[in-house]
Amino acid sequence: MDSLDFIKDIVLPPLFEGTLVTLKLLVFSIPLGLVLGILIGTGRVYGNRIISFLCTVYTIFFRGTPLLVQLFVIYYGLPSLGIYFSPFTAAVIGFVICSAAYHSEYIRGAFLSIKNGQMMAAQALGMSRMQAIVNIIFPQAIRRALPGCSNEIIYLVKYSSLAFMVTCVELTGAGKIVATRYFRYTEVFLVIGALYLIMVTIVSNLLKVMERRLKIPGLG
Amino acid sequence: MQEDQPIVLKIENIHKRYGETEVLKGVSFTVKRGETKVIIGPSGSGKSTLLRCINQLTIPDQGRVWLEDEEVTHIKKDINLFRQKIGMVFQDFNLFDHLTALRNVEIGLIKVKGMNKKQARERAYNELLRVGLKDQANLYPAQLSGGQKQRVSIARALAMDPSVILFDEPTSALDPELIGEVLEVIKNLALSGMTMVVVTHEMGFARSVANEIIFIENGMILDQGSPYDLFINPKHERTKKFLYKITELYGKSKDE
Amino acid sequence: MEESWLAIYEALPYLLKGSAVTIGLVAGALALGLILGIPMAINQVYGNKYIKIIISFYVWFFRGIPVLVLLFLFYFGLFVLLGLDLSAFKAGILVLGLRSAAYQSQIFRGSIQSLGEGQMLASLSLGMSKIQAIWNIILPQAIRISLPGWSNEYSIILKDSAVTYAIGLMEIMTRGKFIATRTFKPMPIYLICALIFLILTYGGVKLLSELEKKVRIPGFGNKGEGN
Ligand SMILES: Nc1ncnc2c1ncn2[C@@H]1O[C@H](COP(=O)(O)OP(=O)(O)OP(=O)(O)O)[C@@H](O)[C@H]1O
Ligand SMILES: [Mg+2]
Repeated sequence: MDSLDFIKDIVLPPLFEGTLVTLKLLVFSIPLGLVLGILIGTGRVYGNRIISFLCTVYTIFFRGTPLLVQLFVIYYGLPSLGIYFSPFTAAVIGFVICSAAYHSEYIRGAFLSIKNGQMMAAQALGMSRMQAIVNIIFPQAIRRALPGCSNEIIYLVKYSSLAFMVTCVELTGAGKIVATRYFRYTEVFLVIGALYLIMVTIVSNLLKVMERRLKIPGLG
Repeated sequence: MQEDQPIVLKIENIHKRYGETEVLKGVSFTVKRGETKVIIGPSGSGKSTLLRCINQLTIPDQGRVWLEDEEVTHIKKDINLFRQKIGMVFQDFNLFDHLTALRNVEIGLIKVKGMNKKQARERAYNELLRVGLKDQANLYPAQLSGGQKQRVSIARALAMDPSVILFDEPTSALDPELIGEVLEVIKNLALSGMTMVVVTHEMGFARSVANEIIFIENGMILDQGSPYDLFINPKHERTKKFLYKITELYGKSKDE
Repeated sequence: MEESWLAIYEALPYLLKGSAVTIGLVAGALALGLILGIPMAINQVYGNKYIKIIISFYVWFFRGIPVLVLLFLFYFGLFVLLGLDLSAFKAGILVLGLRSAAYQSQIFRGSIQSLGEGQMLASLSLGMSKIQAIWNIILPQAIRISLPGWSNEYSIILKDSAVTYAIGLMEIMTRGKFIATRTFKPMPIYLICALIFLILTYGGVKLLSELEKKVRIPGFGNKGEGN
């Protein structure tokens, strides 16, 4: 049972610390990414020509490049322009920017799927365009975008491991350090894999509950 | 006319249950060469299940099926050989959507019968001609009307030279104005001596084409006989009621 | 500013070589994923209960664990344990490919299921065996329907390939990091890396959508979805 003791006494304590860092990364990145994604997606559909264009370019750029490049630019590139971030902050910024690009795609699709009649009916009641978007269109759109956005959030749980590539020691990083020190890669990374599977399962169940709560009978 | 003809298809005591419900409770009948047997019955009475039990797309729990003296339900026999000889036409056509009309008809010839491509093409083309679709040969299913699709699927079944063709409500998915062209094709097949089992709600068609009508309810044959027997002189009150209702519902078709 | 251009000028050939490695890696992983993914999908739909359970577990495992963790687990752990002495490139293809198989199997499974059982029934009623039906009728349609999803998978794998930096595979990012450290010009170098990825992503997607047009069948496969 040498293997089990090793895992229990040596591996798990640093992994739990790492898990806490991962969770902290997620607690910041998930909501901020979603909010930015909603702004960008809304900008693409309802913004004027310039805003819509800028938002589209944003999406094209950040969906077209690996998250790792984005993290490198933020953490290793920006300091040469005099802008410094801690590894943790750099990782959060990268996650928010990147996931927002993906969210915006779903938000945009959801907006476009709402029938024209909804906007017309709202305006016929005397709502302004802005009021109609906020009160009528958006509540419907966000529900339709939710399954796609949920998927992105689950992706983010997994891609948060890339924070280690900019020296932020989260779960994967903590594991790599222990594994390297004791030269026990298989056991350590199997445990890490299990921890991610648990996190992914919990998060996706939470999101499912949320989708159910928000569901409107007979809609979507 | 069929009196002295040999039996092509024999179904004996077919039982099938799905979970709690027994969908077929011992159905038996025989079909002679050149005969058109029409099966009618309310929705959910087991008509589709019965047809699928004949070519073993659904495996019956009990009972046997013979095709021309060979037992289809025999475990040792290769079912694919029997299925070649039992054509099937589905309610929703089930054309292969990635193939043109012509390719739909020839694929069975090439892949199943191993016919060479040139012969298969010729044969397929002739079958399309027979159902009046030579101009549509190179169109894809999505480019055809419902009636045309169903005629292609009939051609597909015909091309295999089946001993019998099973039709499962071949006109139920069609717009009313397209039903006629499909019934016309099936009627011509009957006249040309094809052996057929047809599930349908088209009473006019049943009356004019069927040699025998079988009325199924709750997985059992309740009544069977010539159109005259059933329409004019049914044994059961149920049959009368059903026929009355169905004629009301579907109207009297042009065939009457 | 001028120094930046000079750094880029020096780095470019080196990074382009890295692009070739990236392309090889992505092509290998996609091919492996395809070869494994299609039979997995077929078995998930038509296979027996036990095969279905095994495949579901495989899919759950490879989709639930970050690609970085999988790379570490296999490259430093399992491959060594199994006595395989693999180059980073081969290991990268294997890990990305095994993982892609999980994703691709779900793309194909969805396509097969979207066909409905009528296609199989009609094939069997003509006397085709199940295998003939799958090969001649189900797969040609399922593959066409899968193309948009597959193009998406390409772009995901391409971006994930950057993570093989972590095992020192000499693709774009590893070379980028190397040369950025040497020239002290990280910003322009990483932006060039980003640009190369941008071109590869959209170029590849464009190529695949051309392919999709080539194999398109009138009225088929463009029912609603597609972007
Ligand atoms: N694969 C299946 N699994 C479970 N139940 C089934 C299955 N196929 C058919 N049934 C049930 O068996 C019964 C008979 O179905 P069947 O399709 O044979 O009826 P039908 O007479 O063809 O009806 P319809 O006129 O509507 O086509 C129905 O209650 C149906 O729900
Ligand atoms: Mg039926």
